[in-house]
Amino acid sequence: MRKLLFESLIRPPLTERPPQVSDAAVDELARALDGTARRRLGRSLSIRAVDAGSCNGCELEMHALNNAFYDIERFGFRFVASPRHADVLMVTGPVTKNMREALKRTFDAMPSPKWVVALGGCAKDGGCFAGSYAVVGGVSDVVPVDLHIPGCPPPPIEILKGLIALLDGANGRAGLAKS
Amino acid sequence: MPALADLIEADRRIEHHVPWPRAVVAPKVWNLAVEQLANGRWSLLGLWGEPDKVHMALLDEALDIGVISLDCRGGRCPSVGQYHPPALRLERAAADLFGLAPQGLPDTRRWLDHGQWGVSHPLAAQPGAPAASASYRFLAAEGESLHQIAVGPVHAGIIEPGHFRFTAGGETVVRLEERLGYAHKGIEGLMAGASVDRAAGLAGRTSGDSTVAYSLAFARAVEAALGITPPPRAIWLRALMAELERLANHLGDIGAICNDAAFAIMHAHCGVLRERVLRAADAAFGHRLMRDRIVPGGTASDLSEAGASAIRSLVAEIRQRFPHLVELYDNTASLQDRTVATGRLTVELARQYAAGGYVGRASGRDFDARRSPGYAPYDQLAFDVPVLQEGDVNARVWIRVREVEQSLSLVEQILGRLPGGPIRVDIDTADNAALGPREGMALVEGFRGDILAWLRIGEGGWVERCHLRDPSWFQWPLLEAAVEGNIVADFPICNKSFNCSYSGHDL
Repeated sequence: MRKLLFESLIRPPLTERPPQVSDAAVDELARALDGTARRRLGRSLSIRAVDAGSCNGCELEMHALNNAFYDIERFGFRFVASPRHADVLMVTGPVTKNMREALKRTFDAMPSPKWVVALGGCAKDGGCFAGSYAVVGGVSDVVPVDLHIPGCPPPPIEILKGLIALLDGANGRAGLAKS
Repeated sequence: MPALADLIEADRRIEHHVPWPRAVVAPKVWNLAVEQLANGRWSLLGLWGEPDKVHMALLDEALDIGVISLDCRGGRCPSVGQYHPPALRLERAAADLFGLAPQGLPDTRRWLDHGQWGVSHPLAAQPGAPAASASYRFLAAEGESLHQIAVGPVHAGIIEPGHFRFTAGGETVVRLEERLGYAHKGIEGLMAGASVDRAAGLAGRTSGDSTVAYSLAFARAVEAALGITPPPRAIWLRALMAELERLANHLGDIGAICNDAAFAIMHAHCGVLRERVLRAADAAFGHRLMRDRIVPGGTASDLSEAGASAIRSLVAEIRQRFPHLVELYDNTASLQDRTVATGRLTVELARQYAAGGYVGRASGRDFDARRSPGYAPYDQLAFDVPVLQEGDVNARVWIRVREVEQSLSLVEQILGRLPGGPIRVDIDTADNAALGPREGMALVEGFRGDILAWLRIGEGGWVERCHLRDPSWFQWPLLEAAVEGNIVADFPICNKSFNCSYSGHDL
């Protein structure tokens, strides 16, 4: 382990590697995110993820945000375990009827101000699952949605862009007072 | 003792069921098959319903596969689960969806139906009035000072929805009971009457981490039904995608299991390698998870020279870095202390449940669908199937480690021998299906285990019925057994070492 740790010390971090196009884009986005988040919410933004019946594709890309390439915690963005600690509810899936109640309760448990991000094609309108007897068909039918990030699933870079858009919007108003 | 093939030959054989036979059998024959399951000679590959029918896919001792079907008037059929527990949840699901009433079923609680759909038996010929949403009766555990811990469906991390009910005596888990179905989207309902293209899209969204494997299973079942062979290049490209998917998932899992033992450095380094795989997949096939890249008839995208070299440098990087991580895992006593002897699954249970993937192979079940029944191009590729006997978290990590090594070798072999030519043939479903219903079936090895796809294409080329059986159906119940006697705090590491799919199970 010492060898591995030592190598990590002398190797340049992955997040600041000389620019390939995609890596440069990550850095640029990350810097923008940093500034915007601080203006509105001080040092941090806490995100609570709820899977409302997704295929798990969106969750995989949400996980990727925490890897060394994206590492969004550098900027005070973090995924939290309790809705009580959350500013943003990030919802995936077409909202199955079996998850409707749990989603609503999670939203209700969050303190205001709060924002809801619907992640992925299914979360917008049910996507390819729309019309099923088992599906509500979109997050906005259950809780008020502030932002939709499209994609099947959206790549991590698109999720980052979406969060910036949310924060830009949030700077103009006081956040949801809805409970 | 009968062979499965004899049993099927003797009865009303269905004409267009490819590649393995299917027969509608009499109750006596059905019971004979159940007997073979119960005494451990045969394995259950799947059990699914249709209005007034129930089907069972079986694997016999000679590794032959067959499907037997039973007409059940009024939905009444003899329960398989009463003699062979792995069928229990499948029967409960068939009861919820089709209104089947397995006679003698020891557990009649609803499974997928949580009383929220506004309808009951949605896929039956005559769907019923909505079931009242009565509270779910969890199984009892009695004893002094036992307490319950209820977890989910919303979990603390970025995880799929499901409910776990622990009964603990102090720190020790006395009983874990799972309640699933929260991610039920009605995929089989949406597929009924859909075009092959639309159904392929749904199949690829059954379990996001296995989108390649599901697309492949569905495509192979369609091609079997319609008698189509995709071009050689497509067959090899599909295997390339499947191995990339396996690499990405295994690398992610190895890191995540260590992370559940609070050993974050493995998680960080494995996370980097996983991201490299996804980026190479994106460069090669235009999508990080390679979704919708496998279609009935071939593949939707070709591999360019640039894509191939992205994959080559990926393999080089993993070959360089991964051995150091394996060494780190192997030489860290505090980590081994958490994984060795934790969450032990016995060889007998793995065999009884025909557990696929690393869950089965870490507990002595030497089965890999790529080898048997096998499918192209794996018959022309060299690979080992690692098997261990210990059945603990550590063994499930090591199976993944060995499979990463095998997949790297497979990727190299495929890149070295990738044939040229077209990547897709047209499937004219209408022409092919004009002669009457055609049924196809496939068994494909995803990273998690064998995925079964079964479908019937009707006149006009529509999908009449499609059933997709995730490996998790036979792994989730084993997690309950493996976690018993462990401390509550070790549940996450046990759970991650199984990494069952919620969405793939709930459909």
